[in-house]
Amino acid sequence: MASGKKKLTRRKFLIGSGVVVGGGLVLGYAALPNQLKDIAARHKGEGQILSGWIKITPDNKVTVIVPHAEMGQGTHTALPMMAAEELDADWDLVSMEEAPGLPEFANQPLGEGFIVGDKLPDILAPLINKAFYSIAQAMDLQITGGSTSVRFTGQYGMRVAGAAAREMLVKAAAREWGVSANDLTTEKSFVHHKASGRSASYGSLVEAASAIDPNPTPALKPKSAHTIVGTRTIKRFDIPGKVNGTAKYGIDAEVEGMLYAAIARVPVHGGTITSINDGAALAMPGVKKVCNLGYAYAVVADKYWRAKTALEAVEIDFEAGGNELVDSDAIFARFNQELATLELEYDIDEGDVEAAEGRLIEADYAVPYLAHACMEPMNCTAWVRDGVCDVWTGTQAPLMARTAAAVAAGLEPENVTVHNHMLGGGFGRRIHAENDYVAPAVEIAKMTGQPVKTIWTREEDMRFDEYRPAVVSRFAAKLGDDGKPNAWKNRFSDKREPAEAPLIPYGVSNQSIGFVRSQSHIKLGPWRSVDHSQHAFFTESFVDELAYEAGADPLEYRLSMLADAPRHAHVLKTAAEKAGWYSGVRAGRAMGVAVHESFGTIVAHVAEVSIGDDGMPRVHKVTCAVDCGEAINPDNIESQIESAIIYGMTGAFFGEITVQDGQVVEGNFPEYEMVRLADVPEIEVYIIESGAPLGGIGEPGLPPTAPAITNAIFALTGQRVRKLPIRNYEFSASA
Amino acid sequence: MEFSLRVNGEARTVDVEPDTPLLWVLRDELGFKGVKFGCGVAACGACTVHMDGTATRSCIFPVEAAEDIEITTIEGLADEGMFTDVQQAWIDEQVPQCGYCQSGMVMAVSALLDENPSPTDQDINDAITNVCRCGSYPRIRKAIRKVISERGAA
Ligand code: FES
Ligand code: FES
Repeated sequence: MASGKKKLTRRKFLIGSGVVVGGGLVLGYAALPNQLKDIAARHKGEGQILSGWIKITPDNKVTVIVPHAEMGQGTHTALPMMAAEELDADWDLVSMEEAPGLPEFANQPLGEGFIVGDKLPDILAPLINKAFYSIAQAMDLQITGGSTSVRFTGQYGMRVAGAAAREMLVKAAAREWGVSANDLTTEKSFVHHKASGRSASYGSLVEAASAIDPNPTPALKPKSAHTIVGTRTIKRFDIPGKVNGTAKYGIDAEVEGMLYAAIARVPVHGGTITSINDGAALAMPGVKKVCNLGYAYAVVADKYWRAKTALEAVEIDFEAGGNELVDSDAIFARFNQELATLELEYDIDEGDVEAAEGRLIEADYAVPYLAHACMEPMNCTAWVRDGVCDVWTGTQAPLMARTAAAVAAGLEPENVTVHNHMLGGGFGRRIHAENDYVAPAVEIAKMTGQPVKTIWTREEDMRFDEYRPAVVSRFAAKLGDDGKPNAWKNRFSDKREPAEAPLIPYGVSNQSIGFVRSQSHIKLGPWRSVDHSQHAFFTESFVDELAYEAGADPLEYRLSMLADAPRHAHVLKTAAEKAGWYSGVRAGRAMGVAVHESFGTIVAHVAEVSIGDDGMPRVHKVTCAVDCGEAINPDNIESQIESAIIYGMTGAFFGEITVQDGQVVEGNFPEYEMVRLADVPEIEVYIIESGAPLGGIGEPGLPPTAPAITNAIFALTGQRVRKLPIRNYEFSASA
Repeated sequence: MEFSLRVNGEARTVDVEPDTPLLWVLRDELGFKGVKFGCGVAACGACTVHMDGTATRSCIFPVEAAEDIEITTIEGLADEGMFTDVQQAWIDEQVPQCGYCQSGMVMAVSALLDENPSPTDQDINDAITNVCRCGSYPRIRKAIRKVISERGAA
């Protein structure tokens, strides 16, 4: 059995920095190979560093160091698979370690992906604009997000490093045996020379191999030679610890002498405390301190329940700059108004949508704020003392967390150590540490002078999330005599990333897609698939409307406009055929379809729905086709697609964060309801390996989910859902 | 106040306020960190433990009411280094994603299958109302079916 993961300690990190230099080798930095040898020389006996992200030790074990967090997406296994495949390693001898949150692990291959021309997710674009190596370090680019791990770290780091290491081992054996490297083969962590019958384990060649300069452009295996990547035999490293309670999440961190804090923010986002009455709380059992952070307050006690109980006894007055009058209606009214008055920026403005001829079809769409609702509420343990700070938490961006902690502690980042843990859900929530969960915890710990674990209640987590934006989106199209749009005009009220999210794959000659940047006081952040989550709903619903206006089958209508997008067409056809689109559904049910590309992956869903006795739609089945270029871990792709569909269903059916008196209303489950086992449809996933560049997999299953369902609802009821969530509507199946 | 508890077959004493939820006692006083905090209001199931064999949400269960009850946490489900058939099915079907809900899921499912060896889909839906934000539900259902058929065959 391949063994599970363990964390790098500080001491081992020194090896890690050599490893990262090897990662730099992938980028072809001429100076680095020497440095690599240097560091290897300094750490003899701890296993030689052969290249990049891989460590091979004399006992023939392979350790792959992964610079990304595990939040359920399978990265801690998929990346070692890619390295081990190229290395020809015996999978049973492979284990992984998560890289510590230190700048040497800044994600250089991510930048490499950018430079070699793959589309870098815009979520990361602001962080990279020049020489990414230094920028990546300066800007804290050790991120798990934007569906990037496998596409960039895997493709440009793991694969190249694995292949380079294999070459070095082969060369070492060739030298030792006095034969040509061309006559050697490798298999399961051994080098073989058939002619002489000689064999040597990788481990026995490590020392000799480390004297060989790594080749920055080694040949990669053809797909047909793969024995690890693309198979279904690999089990995820992180799973056993997740079924017996031993997996360690941030909330499980233990530090000697640790105290606990409960925290509450000023109820209105962005508000400030003007006075605090903490007398009653300070008199309660176990209470050590009440902290006033200005934007929040916290009680520190010897036990969490005592801290939480005492927090309820603290009273504050606050100032909220007029936002205490704002509610959801006012926010949407403002978006609509600003859409008409603010100056537009354009994603695309081609041809002349105003002059184009045709039958005008218009529709207005909207989506609400959405919370991430990670299963593990935000939490962070911190200890600030003697000019250093330690942070124990689960973060998608350890270096950002480190910077945030440094600012909060008043220290330099190099004096901060982030001990990253398993994440009980990420979904974008654990990327932005700015003044969010890491900084307050560090401030509290600093004020207390002892290690403190701050735990957010579910209500605090929900009401002070960084939400998926609420957005309004308006469409106008003009249909020609053939029923196809001559013009596609779209105006929406919020713009984040990725920039291409509102673009359509369909051939329409006149297109104008423009936006304003409307705001409210509610805090926003990246939410699984970011802008794609709303735009796929908007565009795939509206194109469905056009199909019905044209009297066409919604699938055929789409296909007829995809002549220049063959991958989209293939994905759509596959999903439709597998779903039985052409053979029809049983009475009382209907199908809806949607297709959307995000993070380099194209996904089409066909949803089959009926209307229950309670008037609520029920999804019976979702058939999905996904083209992510190549399947690294097919079982995990299926699991991520299932996950994204269910996350998308929760958003589509229930998700709605509302605002009253400037404050977020929803605080806990089931008020902010989740899809549960009883609501889950049958899900079938068909993976298409088109050979296109590797796409992401954690997010792309989400965007087409809502429109596939609402399009099916329309097909069944004649009612068009133009504002999510679905549960605000009443349906009857009779239409 | 002192309370005497029986957790995973051992007698333990804790000194906490009587209204302290069992969840925090198990996690912070006794070190059973596999018991997870998700909502604190019995709405998600992350904190599920067995109390005399019945799946119970420990986040709203006051410690003062927990004396004289046999409490089992995820740590006490199998012998050290072993997996129960439910846990093994979870591994075989690669159920967990982030994994945070899974202690509670495994505990809820284990209790269900002990009470009702051949539950219908409806029984399963009614009993397993735990939240999995990662949406591992399709695999949870598969893994449950696997255990049912294996136990039936045994
Ligand atoms: S934490 Fe107990 S049910 Fe959610
Ligand atoms: S596996 Fe993440 S919440 Fe269930």
